[in-house]
Amino acid sequence: AMEGGPGPSPRIREGDCAVLKRGDVFKAVPVLRRRKIIFEKQWFYLDNAIGHIYGTTFEVTSGGNLQPKQEVEETTTETKEAGTDNRNIVDDGKSQKLTHDDIKALKDKGIKGQEIVQQLIENSTTFRDKTEFAQDKYIKKKKKKYEAVITIVKPSTRILSTMYYAREPGKINHLRYDTLAQMLTLGNIRAGNKMIVMETCAGLLLGAVMERMGGYGSIIQMYPGGGPVRAATSCFGFPKPFFDNLHEFPLSKVDSLLSGTFSTETLPSEPEDNTLVEEESNGLTEEKQTSLQEAEEESPTEAAMEINQAEEQETMDINAEDVEFKENKEKENVREKQRKQWERRKKLIETAALLREKNADGLIIASKFHPAPLLLSLLEFVAPSRPFVVYCQYKEPLLECYTKLRERGGVINLKLSETWLRNYQVLPDRSHPKLTMSGGGGYLLSGITVVLDKGKPDSSDSEAMKMEEPSSKRCKVQDVHC
Amino acid sequence: MSFVEYGDTIKDGDTAIVFLGHESMFPVKVQHGTVTQTKYGVIRHSTDLIGKKYGSKVTCSKGGWVFILHPTPELWTMNLPHRTQILYSTDISIITMMLELKPGSIVCESGTGSGSLSHALIRTVAPTGHLYTVEFHQQRAEKAREEFREHGVEHLVTVTNQDVCKNGFGVSNIADAVFLDIPSPWEAIGHAKSALKTEGGRICSFSPCIEQVQRTCLAMEEYGFTEINTLEILLRVYNVRTISLQIPDLGKAAEGDSSMGFDSSNPSRQGSPCTNLQQGTVQFKSGVPLREMVGHTGYLTFATKS
Repeated sequence: AMEGGPGPSPRIREGDCAVLKRGDVFKAVPVLRRRKIIFEKQWFYLDNAIGHIYGTTFEVTSGGNLQPKQEVEETTTETKEAGTDNRNIVDDGKSQKLTHDDIKALKDKGIKGQEIVQQLIENSTTFRDKTEFAQDKYIKKKKKKYEAVITIVKPSTRILSTMYYAREPGKINHLRYDTLAQMLTLGNIRAGNKMIVMETCAGLLLGAVMERMGGYGSIIQMYPGGGPVRAATSCFGFPKPFFDNLHEFPLSKVDSLLSGTFSTETLPSEPEDNTLVEEESNGLTEEKQTSLQEAEEESPTEAAMEINQAEEQETMDINAEDVEFKENKEKENVREKQRKQWERRKKLIETAALLREKNADGLIIASKFHPAPLLLSLLEFVAPSRPFVVYCQYKEPLLECYTKLRERGGVINLKLSETWLRNYQVLPDRSHPKLTMSGGGGYLLSGITVVLDKGKPDSSDSEAMKMEEPSSKRCKVQDVHC
Repeated sequence: MSFVEYGDTIKDGDTAIVFLGHESMFPVKVQHGTVTQTKYGVIRHSTDLIGKKYGSKVTCSKGGWVFILHPTPELWTMNLPHRTQILYSTDISIITMMLELKPGSIVCESGTGSGSLSHALIRTVAPTGHLYTVEFHQQRAEKAREEFREHGVEHLVTVTNQDVCKNGFGVSNIADAVFLDIPSPWEAIGHAKSALKTEGGRICSFSPCIEQVQRTCLAMEEYGFTEINTLEILLRVYNVRTISLQIPDLGKAAEGDSSMGFDSSNPSRQGSPCTNLQQGTVQFKSGVPLREMVGHTGYLTFATKS
């Protein structure tokens, strides 16, 4: 019954990309049988999760199996005894009667986390003297440590963008999730658009745009180097048709496209082949660099990377098997390579044609590069009266963009902004903003394109003057119908 | 044009945005034979608007000019006639993402209010999703229906005139997400739960006061919602300005020593500093925060039904 639906199935299926959640910690993993997963210092297999509905919470049993968690029984300590303040609580380091070894022994015996927490409470001499709030906090803390529960959730922009911002902000240029949300809204991203996306955010921004477009319309992804990076995009688990109208175009060919020197004729087969090969190898090194970086960052367990590793292994296996048929294989490889290159070139020509129409419905940029040259060139491909949004981790390059766009003209309603995000703890009598908040989630410059007035540089100047007027000079207008 | 599909040229019956300058714009209903007054003079719809490209510069009767823009939910939010306090794009954007809305999503909303959020929701769930919006104020509900018709999105939205706290959303087990912007959201949490799909969904409640948030969180917990999370988002806008700061005259001791600690944009300074009474200046670009900004709109509480 779920098959015909627009979205992926609500049930966990083999081969899906799922997200593990424990507390506020997320991790994206591919759902594979007999595959050991390590998450938050626990190891387990996902086999038993297959077939369950996304959002199910599981308990990890001693053999690394997952078991759907029963409805939470109220773990109320029967004797509701509590102190009123901490004037008599002394930190002598001896309040807990269980030793480290005792706790380890309990764990080794396979005792449920819930029971361990209960024992810790019973063996804490100060627990009864703690205030009710402090008891609550104590239990929560211990539960977090000893109760081995994980929730498996379906990937979404919400989950993946929070996950990336927490785990690997460097890979997404510190684009905070609320900033990403602004981009999608300011860019009026929706089904049916023809969007231009330029990002070096591991494909997260692309995935967010794809989710909002739901497979309707088209996306042209501009990429630097040998090919677009879509590690995060693959975590979304989009259905195949979503990729039918996803195009890619190399940044290095933008200038030639704009100057008119890019054409089918200027794509001679020989040199083009060479560049393609070169580009491909570049792409490989780039990939390797990323994984190295990942290892350094101590979080080398992204789903996409695991998938990459699996692929690498597969190719190695194939190579080992086919040693005898080496010659045939090589010929086949050459043919395959040529076919791939031909296809790639054909796609490139198609994408160039799409760009040449200069009627895109929006432009969205979030990359590690200086945004000004990107913006000034790529805006050429956008139709008038369409929004554009540029993200930058730093404010200063956007100041420059602002000035350059004013000089260029053809844009209005320029706005430089930033959002602040504050999380709250809401509990009876204990509500307050959370202790820490993010220091920076980047800056946005947004605006709307208009028909570019050619040969009238004066008008854009006066436009700039008009724009810098303070907003207090709002004019009153009225509609007159006759 | 419609609010869910771009069009190239302005047509009779369209809602267009007349852009006069920074933060000075207003919506017009394009109609043959109608004229619109602006401070730059008159715009004649038949000749100045209809058939023109969106994004064009239109010269008004007094020689001044304006731009005509294609409507979007964001431009509509900035220009719509207020019947209530409205939600702005900053809150709307985080609501949309945290509710995991996308084409095909079924959303329940209450109250409809002035339809600021409604337009954004419809934009996101189109062309296959649907918005069920509930407004207990009859006149507002009617006005919203009229606007959705005018904006070409009536097929994507159902407006119901009833009290959500008493009668719910009028649908059950079909929604992927529920949004509440009402004075006592805790009274609607049960209805929200039954509107959501049996396999689960997301909920968001917007409240200006922390006391409302507390009651809402308790109700959510009571009804078994998980991942309850309250946040607040603030927009900071910067004006881009060129700033010049004067360089103080410290009465340089060594005559002819022109080496400066930093670049001065005033070349005349290079001469004899001692006798130069005119101070030099340093110029730079800065993003200057607005003198006053919105410090609080409301708390957003999100939760999951699973």
